[in-house]
Amino acid sequence: MPWDRNQMAARAAKELKDGMYVNLGIGIPTLVSNYIPEGITVTLQSENGMLGMGPFPFEGDEDPDLINAGKQTITELPHSAYFDSATSFAMIRGGKIAMAILGAMEVSQDGDLANWMIPGKLVKGMGGAMDLVAGVGRVIVVMDHTNKAGDSKVLPACTLPLTGKAVVDLIISNLGVLEVVDGGLRLIELADGVTDAELRAATLAKIVN
Amino acid sequence: MKKVYPNAAAALDGLLFDGMLIAAGGFGLCGIPELLLSAIRDAGTRDMTFASNNAGVDDFGIGILLQTRQVKKMISSYVGENAEFMRQYLAGELEIEFNPQGTLAERMRAAGAGIPGFYTKTGVGTVIAEGKEHKDFNGQTYILETGIFADLSIIKAWKADTTGNLVFRKTARNFNVPAGMCGKVCVAEVEEIVEPGTLDPDTIHLPGIYVHRIVQGDHEKRIEQRTTRKKEA
Repeated sequence: MPWDRNQMAARAAKELKDGMYVNLGIGIPTLVSNYIPEGITVTLQSENGMLGMGPFPFEGDEDPDLINAGKQTITELPHSAYFDSATSFAMIRGGKIAMAILGAMEVSQDGDLANWMIPGKLVKGMGGAMDLVAGVGRVIVVMDHTNKAGDSKVLPACTLPLTGKAVVDLIISNLGVLEVVDGGLRLIELADGVTDAELRAATLAKIVN
Repeated sequence: MKKVYPNAAAALDGLLFDGMLIAAGGFGLCGIPELLLSAIRDAGTRDMTFASNNAGVDDFGIGILLQTRQVKKMISSYVGENAEFMRQYLAGELEIEFNPQGTLAERMRAAGAGIPGFYTKTGVGTVIAEGKEHKDFNGQTYILETGIFADLSIIKAWKADTTGNLVFRKTARNFNVPAGMCGKVCVAEVEEIVEPGTLDPDTIHLPGIYVHRIVQGDHEKRIEQRTTRKKEA
């Protein structure tokens, strides 16, 4: 059985280290905060201007002045800090954020990432994704290995417009975990019950091991 | 020095003209200058370009100016929440310049700091970099982005003193600081205007030197995505 959304998020959470400042994208990456390992403290950054993002508020406690980058109501923590958008992206671009966990439409064997635009379809914009992948220390992509049509999303080269070039460090998919290394991708883990042959068959990118 | 105006229309008097460039604060519907946007709609100013992270929703925020066809162009990072925007954009009635969110914020901040251009890694190797100057620093490639020098800044703060010193609340600060810095004139709407000496000088987020006009009013402060959790029994 391939991993489901929660299992992918739980696997991504294993990449977190104590004391890290981390930015989580919308979708499966948001679920990572449910699986932060015991004994590890990470500080979540929300690029609209907050460090130390807390959980959703209890009903009746919603504050219109307190939202995350997905525009959802959230809460603050004792160590939270607020700042403006220019300061927020100064810490992102400046390499102060240790890790970003993001979704993707396509990833290439060179670590190119496409996750913001499908030509001919509705373009909503890149938001903060281009700044994040250009600036943070480590970029982890969490996504399904194939699209709804069954085509591989792990490719020799992206076909969609890029969010960033050579920016992805690790791919966590429903089939397993691949690391971006010189010359291609290195398979480092298979999802429970997924065979080596199944993952390779679903991957068009070059796997070096 | 009189910065306090009785209402949003009065605070904008003499500042609006067709074809102008306005920098607006806010992220989603959080911390948007809702009273000033309504006053601009009522003033009927046309062919405006807005530098604003988002474009509001159909009936709130910049969305109300899209309904009345007063906006010619948006400079934004994400516009996904607005159906009327998409309709006008797909029909070729509205121009959009997508900026990465951090690049947009820095273009505003830079202009307010007297910096006409800056190099950034963001967007290198993507469509954003096309046609822009590339330059290597310490073995890394960067692209040149330019400051946004706006005709007018419209922003929303929590509190102001009568000299224009501003304090924001929680994540409603967002683009209001950089947007407030980059206009020839900055008009701020606030929830409360207090006397000088009431705000702690150590906690001013945007000093009054950037803020030319202020107006106090009642804000709807709409929530875009109300998300909650259940209290454990």
